[in-house]
Amino acid sequence: MSEPVIRAENIVKKYGDFVAVDGISFEVQRGESFGLLGPNGAGKSTTMKMIAAVSTRTSGNLEVLGMDPNTDGPAIRSQLGVVPQEDNLDQELRVRENLITYGRFFGMSHAAVAKRADELLEFAQLTDRAKSKVEPLSGGMKRRLTIARSLMNDPQMLLLDEPTTGLDPQARHILWDRLFRLKEQGTTLVLTTHYMDEAEQLSDRIIVVDKGAIMAEGSPAQLIRQYSSKEVLEVRYGSDKNKTVAKSIADIGERQEILPDRILIYSDNGERDLAVITNRGHHPTTSLVRRSSLEDVFLRLTGRTLVE
Amino acid sequence: MTAEVRVSAAIAPKRRFGGMSGGNARAVIERGLRATMSNNYLVILSGFFEPVFYLFSMGIGLGGIIGAIDVDGASVPYGAYIAPALLAVSAMNGAIYDSTWNVFFKLNFGKLYQTMLLTSLGPLDVAIGEITLALLRGGVYAVGFLIVMQTMGLVLSPLAILAIPAVILIAAGFASIGMAFTSYLKTFQQMDWLPMVMLPMFLFSATFFPITVYPEAIQIMVQCFPLWHGVELIRMLTTGVVTSMIWVHIGYYLVMLGVGVVVVSRRLRALFLG
Repeated sequence: MSEPVIRAENIVKKYGDFVAVDGISFEVQRGESFGLLGPNGAGKSTTMKMIAAVSTRTSGNLEVLGMDPNTDGPAIRSQLGVVPQEDNLDQELRVRENLITYGRFFGMSHAAVAKRADELLEFAQLTDRAKSKVEPLSGGMKRRLTIARSLMNDPQMLLLDEPTTGLDPQARHILWDRLFRLKEQGTTLVLTTHYMDEAEQLSDRIIVVDKGAIMAEGSPAQLIRQYSSKEVLEVRYGSDKNKTVAKSIADIGERQEILPDRILIYSDNGERDLAVITNRGHHPTTSLVRRSSLEDVFLRLTGRTLVE
Repeated sequence: MTAEVRVSAAIAPKRRFGGMSGGNARAVIERGLRATMSNNYLVILSGFFEPVFYLFSMGIGLGGIIGAIDVDGASVPYGAYIAPALLAVSAMNGAIYDSTWNVFFKLNFGKLYQTMLLTSLGPLDVAIGEITLALLRGGVYAVGFLIVMQTMGLVLSPLAILAIPAVILIAAGFASIGMAFTSYLKTFQQMDWLPMVMLPMFLFSATFFPITVYPEAIQIMVQCFPLWHGVELIRMLTTGVVTSMIWVHIGYYLVMLGVGVVVVSRRLRALFLG
């Protein structure tokens, strides 16, 4: 019923001869949590920049909140929250001041920014660090402050570029929890990531991007069903032997990927296949049976792993 | 889906200059003042003392030997001759420092402008805000220096009060050109070009002696440089010896400011909205 908040038709971004984004089309609905998954250099960040109206597209149609980012940058950005890939907090200001000045950039009143800053310090679990300088904060705290900052203007849509890259597992989980709350409140989330677990945790729908083009689209579960098997058996024989062993077990499972460090066997029953392999006398040094993930989807689609 | 979350608190700005401006340069200025308050107000003070030291040394020291200098037929004591020039120089220094070193840092390391352009600000807001900050600093130096001049008896005309807006104009011209220059720099080393331009301007722009000592060709060259116009403008106001050339001096700075603002906002657009 409602208009999509983002409508991208065949958008292209070229830097000189280099094509960063090569004709991507997608739509994002209000309240949806939408992920762009792909390796570094796939064109995710460039796509985000075009949505955030900080990069002008070379061609194609793009509508964000019903406006054209090429001409209505300030108006679009007034409704967006943007969490860039690298923390660009204002080192010359204290924690709370960072929020205050950012709110003022949106033309909010002094009273409104003060109230909002205190709420968001609470939300980001940084109330006790309000007067601290930015520099000594931990990576996770800086990220939370960056997210709090992006929420100063009560954005309709939050854009997150690699939100948890470089954080330790605990900090990631705190962050995911905060983002999940926003999602529950109905904020539209658009995120890029090269972590499949992050995409699975946070996205309702994903597009898999590689070399500037869309490879697949769907919910994490759909993508896994469509492009991978139920289970994956990973066996390792040591880097020299993987290839030789692979030849004699090539008939096992629905499909195999032979990586330099391991063999992945896609199957509906990993334990059974592992038994078959060992019965043939190929005892792996290590083995693992796991559920299929988006990593496997990506490998299937591109022949490459996400994190290289 | 609560209304509280959905309605953005930000005021959606009208479309201005094709998305170049959010009409909120004030917030950029406010941020600069806040950062200055909590960090580097001592650096700001240091810029004030440089011309004061020159004034004490040259004005009192050399002034005792030189006596008076002829300005368009009027005899002006040496101290009163160089003081307005030093005032123009301090406006230049303050504006250039802010618009080059500070801007270079914010541009390349602090990523401050990238952050600003994630909000409803446009490149024009950033340019105008940062230039205003630089000239505020020039203005503060000017007022301080005028007070020193007044106490030393070097203010010869009530017109001197107009030196304050004049200094702000000079600062604005230098700040906008300085920021435009900085937007093209890639490394700190390139900043070394700055003294190569600033020092000769400081020494030869009728700062310490009239340019009539030079051959005609060199005089014309000096008159092309911005500082000479600034020095002459301020000197007219503090000595009270005003000629119609004042409009040329003012015009020079207005053009400088206009060109600077256009170049800076274009460069910021290319750098951050490319």
